[in-house]
Amino acid sequence: MDLFFELAELSISGALVGLMYTLIALGIVLVFKASGVANLAQGAMAMVGAYLTWACLTLAGAPLWVAIPLGVFAMFFVGRGIERVALRRMIGQPAIMVIMLTLGLEIMLRGLLPALFGPVKKRLDIGIDAAPIIIGPMLIDRAYLVSGAVALILIVLAVLYFNTRQGVMLRAVSDDQPASWSVGISVERAIGISWGLAGIAAAAGGVLWGSIQGVDWTLSLLLIKALAVAILGGLDSILGVLVAGLILGVLENVAPVYLERFGVSGTRDVVASLVILATVIFKPYGLFGREEIERV
Amino acid sequence: MLYRLAGIRHTTYRSARQLFPIPFDRKLLGFVILLGVAAPFYLSPLHLNSYLLPWVIWTTAALGLNLLMGWAGQVHLGYAAVMAIGAYAAIHATRFGLPLEAALLVGGLASSVIGLAFGAAALRVKGLYLAVTTLAMQSIVDWTIVHVPAISGGSQATLQAPTLRLFGLPIETDAGRYWYALGLCAIVTVFLLNVSRTSFGRALVAVREKDFAAAIIGVSPFKFKLLAFWCSSFIGGVTGAILAFCYYRAITPEQFHLEVSIQVVAMVIVGGLGSVLGSYFGAGLVLLAPIFLNNWVASLASALNLSLQTDVLSQIPLVLYGGLIVGFLLFEPLGLAKIYDNVRNYFLVWPFRHAR
Repeated sequence: MDLFFELAELSISGALVGLMYTLIALGIVLVFKASGVANLAQGAMAMVGAYLTWACLTLAGAPLWVAIPLGVFAMFFVGRGIERVALRRMIGQPAIMVIMLTLGLEIMLRGLLPALFGPVKKRLDIGIDAAPIIIGPMLIDRAYLVSGAVALILIVLAVLYFNTRQGVMLRAVSDDQPASWSVGISVERAIGISWGLAGIAAAAGGVLWGSIQGVDWTLSLLLIKALAVAILGGLDSILGVLVAGLILGVLENVAPVYLERFGVSGTRDVVASLVILATVIFKPYGLFGREEIERV
Repeated sequence: MLYRLAGIRHTTYRSARQLFPIPFDRKLLGFVILLGVAAPFYLSPLHLNSYLLPWVIWTTAALGLNLLMGWAGQVHLGYAAVMAIGAYAAIHATRFGLPLEAALLVGGLASSVIGLAFGAAALRVKGLYLAVTTLAMQSIVDWTIVHVPAISGGSQATLQAPTLRLFGLPIETDAGRYWYALGLCAIVTVFLLNVSRTSFGRALVAVREKDFAAAIIGVSPFKFKLLAFWCSSFIGGVTGAILAFCYYRAITPEQFHLEVSIQVVAMVIVGGLGSVLGSYFGAGLVLLAPIFLNNWVASLASALNLSLQTDVLSQIPLVLYGGLIVGFLLFEPLGLAKIYDNVRNYFLVWPFRHAR
């Protein structure tokens, strides 16, 4: 019975972490759906969001309920700004150039923000009690629970958003760009909005994750987890990222503990990479992706 | 002016198709080769060992990656992992008793086999998937090297490289090591200069431009992408081994991290995709710019009486690599090689610009 509860405890906290990965991966999926562009700057955007919130909170002294919306909202404009200044100039360029551009942004931001705000790890306190919740024999971290719940609410909001007028516009653009152009939808604006939403998702994920492990450049390492989630989920499906996020979170929490007993230590860091590799080998379109990626 | 075209008449196909049809280019090249070979005689050991030697080795690595990114048009974000495989395999092979030349081949082959395995998995789909898979390869290889004691000798251990040998003769001097690296760089350069004149190179370019169009004219995209992966990983492996033997001389897993991959990618993009000369420029700028910028910022800070934390200074290379990649992609996608080309084209007919 102990074994069962241990597994359940690990799985639940893993699933809660997975929800946060999903939140960040949502940004990659949104941008990919709208414009077919790989957003490798998502990790750095999560980091920027966390830094901005920290700056509002600590440097400007704003109260918590102002700082977090301000930081998250600022990232909407950072996302739109990135699209307007950098990505729009690259329309029509080969995919390799666009991928490298977003990667360059990731690297630049990864160095720039710690250089501006100082590289020491910042504490981002968003007022969650540190005491764990005890359910029967299981301990569940309260920060994980709150973060997972917030992430889930935001994901549900994102799904609802796709039924609004603007959301339908985004879906039309992701379906067929020339067709949406011809019925009067501004494709550029839709892509811009998708980048803005990616910024919001990244910032929310960054703040939640930053409140758990502190704010410094390591937040941008969430990129590889988010990529693993996005690829496992199939790159263009919201449901897919949700399922994939839960899978990755649980795997990442459960597998290392059991592998440790067989003498293989420190596997936590490679789980995401192995998931990427396995997905690409066995099911390249992911769990819920549309099977239309060219095979050449 | 210098690059005069007037009076240069090619009367045979052979002379028209040579690599450097303009005499001034040939003379310039000869001069640069002379400067490069004679460098140990006029440079101080500090400059030779900490500027020129890494420049030459990283140029070789950038050339290897350029074959894949520039000619075949495939992204690779795990080139440092490829180099790490080569370095570790070669060192273990020499410790096993193989001569160095064979060990370099072993390193190259190990890299190309492992690189090919990851490439083959990723090439079933393309673009983003390839980028992400190579990223995953980087972290899987890093993890394996650190966590398998038989490879790295433990997670914190450094692995001493045996003495560099040429046909069994030990090479102990700085100049010797530099010439060894320069020799490899020359071989790779000659290979890449000629690759675009062979059917292999033309097939790669065809695949890069439009893969299904290449398939229609009978060039198998999958085969040539794999070949490009194979060649590029082989060059990467041998370069990694040379880096271990000539420059680091004792290797740790940290020397081949993701940042290093990004650095090589930055070299290729800043220098110019698909340009041999560009790889030289790109490696030079990416390697040397952080050093000079660091010194400059530090002296500026001391002149203004600001106390800069050393941690802030250590962020400068990262910002610079990212900034260079973004800046060049936005404003000069073909890199430094294109800027050089523009200047050269201007002087070809100078001062009669209307004649162009």
